[in-house]
Amino acid sequence: MSYRSKRDRVLVVDDDASLAEMLTIVLAGEGLTTSVCRAGDQVMAEFIAFRPDVVLLDLMLPGLDGMSVCRQIRARSAVPIIMMTAKADTPDVVAGLEAGADDYITKPFKNTELVARLRARLRRTDTLVDTLEFGEIVLDPAGHTVTRKGESLDLTPLEFDLLACLLSDPNQVFTREVLLQKVWGYHHPGDTKLVNVHMTRLRSKIEDDADAPQIIRTVRGVGYQAIAPTP
Amino acid sequence: MRGLWRRSLQTRVVTSTIVLSALAIGLTGWAMLRDVASELADSRREVAVAEARSGFEYAQDQLDSAVDTEASPQSEALTQMVDSLTSARGTARTYELVLKGPLSGDDAVGPVRSSSAVLVSSLPVGLVDTVQGSTGTYWQFSDLTLTDTSGREPVVVVGRQLRAPGTGDSYALYYLFSMQDQQSTLTLLRNALLLGGLAMVLMVGAVAWLVSRQVLDPVRLARRIAERFASGHLEQRMRVRGEDDLARLSTSFNQMAANLQSQIRRLENLSRLQQRFVSDVSHELRTPLTTVQMASEVLFDARTAFDPQTARSAELLKGELDRFESLLSDLLDLSRFDAGAAQLELELVDMSDIARGCAGDPVLRRAGIEVQVDDGGEPVTVMADPRRIDRIVRNLLANAAKYSRSATVSVSVAHNDSGVSLSVRDFGVGFGRDENLRAFDRFWRADPARVQGGTGLGLPIAREDAALHGGTLQAWGRPGEGTEFILTLPKQVGEIPVPALISELAP
Repeated sequence: MSYRSKRDRVLVVDDDASLAEMLTIVLAGEGLTTSVCRAGDQVMAEFIAFRPDVVLLDLMLPGLDGMSVCRQIRARSAVPIIMMTAKADTPDVVAGLEAGADDYITKPFKNTELVARLRARLRRTDTLVDTLEFGEIVLDPAGHTVTRKGESLDLTPLEFDLLACLLSDPNQVFTREVLLQKVWGYHHPGDTKLVNVHMTRLRSKIEDDADAPQIIRTVRGVGYQAIAPTP
Repeated sequence: MRGLWRRSLQTRVVTSTIVLSALAIGLTGWAMLRDVASELADSRREVAVAEARSGFEYAQDQLDSAVDTEASPQSEALTQMVDSLTSARGTARTYELVLKGPLSGDDAVGPVRSSSAVLVSSLPVGLVDTVQGSTGTYWQFSDLTLTDTSGREPVVVVGRQLRAPGTGDSYALYYLFSMQDQQSTLTLLRNALLLGGLAMVLMVGAVAWLVSRQVLDPVRLARRIAERFASGHLEQRMRVRGEDDLARLSTSFNQMAANLQSQIRRLENLSRLQQRFVSDVSHELRTPLTTVQMASEVLFDARTAFDPQTARSAELLKGELDRFESLLSDLLDLSRFDAGAAQLELELVDMSDIARGCAGDPVLRRAGIEVQVDDGGEPVTVMADPRRIDRIVRNLLANAAKYSRSATVSVSVAHNDSGVSLSVRDFGVGFGRDENLRAFDRFWRADPARVQGGTGLGLPIAREDAALHGGTLQAWGRPGEGTEFILTLPKQVGEIPVPALISELAP
């Protein structure tokens, strides 16, 4: 856990001053450095200046809405983004995930839940030490890189974690709930849509044909498994 | 036919018009025919009686003179007399003659002389008696049977007694005047009336049909438009043409439709606004609630550093905020059900899995409640929204834990052809019949005196969740014996499932 030597930085984007301050207090208690940005159109400037390790983004913002902010950040960085939303059942959530958010958390949330999710996004796959070779795919935990047929793949940290989790135990079927727990840091049953959205994006990056996946198979009604390549 | 009569106003109008006009025309025709017939018969009778009288006088003269000239055998002379009487009018004779006599004492039927074709027995008996019993001229209408033709002929019979002065014998002379001509005229008239009447009735029927169509077509159009309006096409209106009653009907209908439409729109708007309001309020409350909750957690975590009163306050603050949060989220869920905005995310769900998952909740274990699951050892699968089913079962278990004071709760899963059922049975205090009905009321608690926490919305939400699946959630209870909730979901979407479990508490 080498990253612990410096304090992780969290960019809090929320227009509610009290909540932003409260978040700062709680996150400071967890040993995290925070910076607060209260308008959507100021996020990019702050993002460039602060260089956060994770972004906590409210969806309803003045200036520029959360979705657009999410897309802007994703366009220049793979930094983990966690959305905060008051409406868990709206199409906003799916749209936010499609816009590049890694995770979302519904207001009101428990401090422990928030911290667990943040930690999950800040954590590197520290259980893996050795390089994983999986057919054409080579996953290097130390360098956080994935190559396929020698070509480097551009995965976000979350996609990297998701792939690493599946590859670490080939042929094992992971349910969506287990993946939510292991990769996203959920303590309680969560929204399995989250897994589906990111699995689709991961497949589009590593599979030849995302509609007929060869590496990660869907086990209907259960979950996903990485298929061990035949030697 | 009866159905047509009941359904079609036009059929009723046309049929009753035809029946009534046929009755009227028939009655008029019948009266006319009767008047004409009696008129014809009367005039014929007058002529006949006059002609007969002259015949009688002539015959009496003959009899008188016969007595003068010849004493005895009258038969010859009588025959001659009849012949001369019948030939008096030449070929255009319109009557027949019958002469009976001499009528001797009791023997009423004496020798008979008649013109050729008359059957004497066909003379009307009443007339014969009258004529033979007294003097004077009598007449009667009758049907006469002729010997040369098989047919019968309407006649007027005029009779009189004649007396031969010499012998003192009596004779009865009858004139039978044919009424064939009058009969033919009457038949002709009757046929004409019948034909005319029939044509008239048909014409009246056709007119009734046309008129009723003229009235009914717009009414039918109005009906179709009203039906379309009723099925939700609120913009439907009738076309107004002219200024007659139908145009006024259209105008009134359109006014009514416009009023209804605006009322419905208003109510729709109102309910949309209200739903929006509930949803917005719930969402707007969430941001400050988040802040407050985070703050309370910070205080709660630091409570060991506070003095006892402040520490207890921090605990209460946190507990009540949790309750506030569940209340808010339950309210939001209910507002979604009320707005019809709740949606199912169906997948294949194993009810046994869910039952075991919920039964293993550490909260139940901490509450000292043992949950036994009886699933028959096989997976019981159904298409359902796993999160909602999970929530239902958790709600039922929480309910059993909170209200029953029961140490054990048993969960059973079973299925039949139409559906799957899951029952949650506790053996606690139970509840009575009235409470049975109220268990799903919002904010209702079995025992208001007992502070149990919870929102009072768990069971209503569970029932809404079940109903969203097209399933049912039923409750049974008996005081002192516990309660049982049975959730039943259909195997086929849209079917009404039959519960696969029957509660032993069911009455």
